Amino acid sequence: MNAIAPLLQVNDLKKHFPIHGGFFGGTTGYVYAVDGVSFEIMRGETLSLVGESGCGKSTVGKALLRLFSITGGQVILGGTRIDDMPSGTLRPLRRRMQVVFQDPFSSLNPRLRVRDILAEPIRNFGLAKDAADLEARVAGLMDKVRLPRDAVNRWPHEFSGGQRQRIGIARALAAEPDLIICDEAVSALDVSVKAQIVNLLQDLQKELGLAMLFISHDLAIVEHMTHRVAVMYLGKIVEVAPKRSLFAAPKHPYTEALLSAVPVPEPGAARERIILKGDVPSPINPPKGCRFHTRCPYAFDRCRTEEPALRPVADAMGEGHIAACHLHDRPAAENPLAGSKGASLLAVG
Amino acid sequence: MALPGPQDGQPLLSVENLQTHFRTPDGVNRAVDGVSFHVNAGETLAIVGESGCGKSVTAMSILRLIPEPPGKIAGAIRLNGKNLLECSDREMRQIRGNDISMIFQEPMTSLNPVLTVGRQIGETLRLHQGMSAKQAEDRAVEMLNLVGIPEAKRRVREYPHQLSGGMRQRVMIAIALACNPKLLIADEPTTALDVTIQAQILELMRDLKHRVGAAIVLITHDLGVVAEVAERVVVMYAGKKVEEAAIGPLFRSPRHPYTQGLLGSMPKLGSSLTGHETRLAEIPGLVPSLKAKIPGCVFASRCPHATDLCRAVAPALEEKAPGHVAACHYAPREGAMAA
Repeated sequence: MNAIAPLLQVNDLKKHFPIHGGFFGGTTGYVYAVDGVSFEIMRGETLSLVGESGCGKSTVGKALLRLFSITGGQVILGGTRIDDMPSGTLRPLRRRMQVVFQDPFSSLNPRLRVRDILAEPIRNFGLAKDAADLEARVAGLMDKVRLPRDAVNRWPHEFSGGQRQRIGIARALAAEPDLIICDEAVSALDVSVKAQIVNLLQDLQKELGLAMLFISHDLAIVEHMTHRVAVMYLGKIVEVAPKRSLFAAPKHPYTEALLSAVPVPEPGAARERIILKGDVPSPINPPKGCRFHTRCPYAFDRCRTEEPALRPVADAMGEGHIAACHLHDRPAAENPLAGSKGASLLAVG
Repeated sequence: MALPGPQDGQPLLSVENLQTHFRTPDGVNRAVDGVSFHVNAGETLAIVGESGCGKSVTAMSILRLIPEPPGKIAGAIRLNGKNLLECSDREMRQIRGNDISMIFQEPMTSLNPVLTVGRQIGETLRLHQGMSAKQAEDRAVEMLNLVGIPEAKRRVREYPHQLSGGMRQRVMIAIALACNPKLLIADEPTTALDVTIQAQILELMRDLKHRVGAAIVLITHDLGVVAEVAERVVVMYAGKKVEEAAIGPLFRSPRHPYTQGLLGSMPKLGSSLTGHETRLAEIPGLVPSLKAKIPGCVFASRCPHATDLCRAVAPALEEKAPGHVAACHYAPREGAMAA
């Protein structure tokens, strides 16, 4: 079908964290943090993973980076299966996947100057020919993230949050990766600084042809940054679609509720409101059937017993829209998600 | 209570030339530097700005929660005409939680983990309204019902760790509203919450405002939240008020370049549908240090329109249109605005 193989392919990824308890500290249960997640990212593409806290989006990012071993599934990077590689052979893999973390205050070593922070990955992966090349690469990285070159002699604490995030991005770029995982990379920043970093990430992606997994809870930023969006709820992906399709015609009740819940800076905007009741259930004991049925405004009997599978849904906007919801088995007249409701949810005319 | 009743034509709260400075080893930090605003009874006023602009310090100053020293509060804060800065500690304790109450950002850390939520709601009632333990518990159940916590009778005996983040914030709101305060200060009440839970809490605040009738001062950095709940907005930057207007005019025709920059740097949800996918506007540079005295306009170092005048002379707050003030030499007056 598709002649171009994806850069990253994830098949049925699972990560269950054991819960220890009881008198002998045995395993008393599992947190089903990620419970069967599949997606792929093409070269130069941004896929966003959105969802609320505890939905497992960060766990997916960490599992891809092999920061812990996974419970099940496959991760394939550039045609090579990487989830079962022995840890001794991970170094070339680490060069190809880099990460930018949320908190720019705790993710930089306070005892290293900026030069050493940026030089470390270059040395580690043997990318520089000699000392002069190393120096030139560090200077080039500073240019890329638009920091002054002479700042390489300073310490992390001398920089503001936005500047530190630039250093974090430069460090990720130092290894010349194919894929960057941004785990809430702009969430901790102030509005005006956030815009600077968002623009920088977009420019770098275009310039370097990077693939990006953008993990975020901020839908407005996601819409601005991404090519495709995957929505997660309680350890599962409930909907994947190209950006315009997802925002124009959400095909899962949870996506719809998420979109309608984001406050828009437009006083008196007439929008359709869906206020979800209750809280996200515990991932230790997820609901039977569809995991969203406890909060879903449209839930019916089948949702409580049978788990819906992710499958293609009809969308006037185009191809590649998949969602996990039983409503799509009903005739269009009885399916509240059949039309394109995005515009009324977001109050755009 | 010790407070006089509301007088005709007088705002509920008026803050006049508030200056909250902190003495630090390397100079005086002018966290809030000459801020004035008022809140009418039953009104929702939002104070917006980025981290370090002094919005939370303003809120803490109103309740006199700033430790003195190193802090120092000057100016006047009048609640129904009575200057809170002249009150004794004893009088302040009567006012806090009774006439003015506060909701904090962190529902995880602002509740006492070793007391049941019923005890914590009842505490203010027993202290301020002299209720018995039994009366206080009954009222606590009532309050939990009011803020939409199911099974209030059972929940009232539970501890904070047994509640989710959204529920804890509801408990915080119940505590704050227990004594029917005239003024509620909400400092980033939904920032720590997920977006679907945030929508629930904002809905609750809107609903309670109609039912309880308290005035609200909402402190936030999120202009989306402002547009949803506030009636009037004060924009702060580097310890100063730079603009104030009703929400309609503020979002439609912001006068101060900082407000314009803030609105421009926010990605608009739905941009992919309208085809307005433009590059985000950046505000270049950083917030200036509050320890150095800034001679001209506080925003001059980042402002795209700044001139020598801006760098030398601080602009005064001027009424640019009825009820719309901005501190900018070049902000257009009404009529001069190009459509």
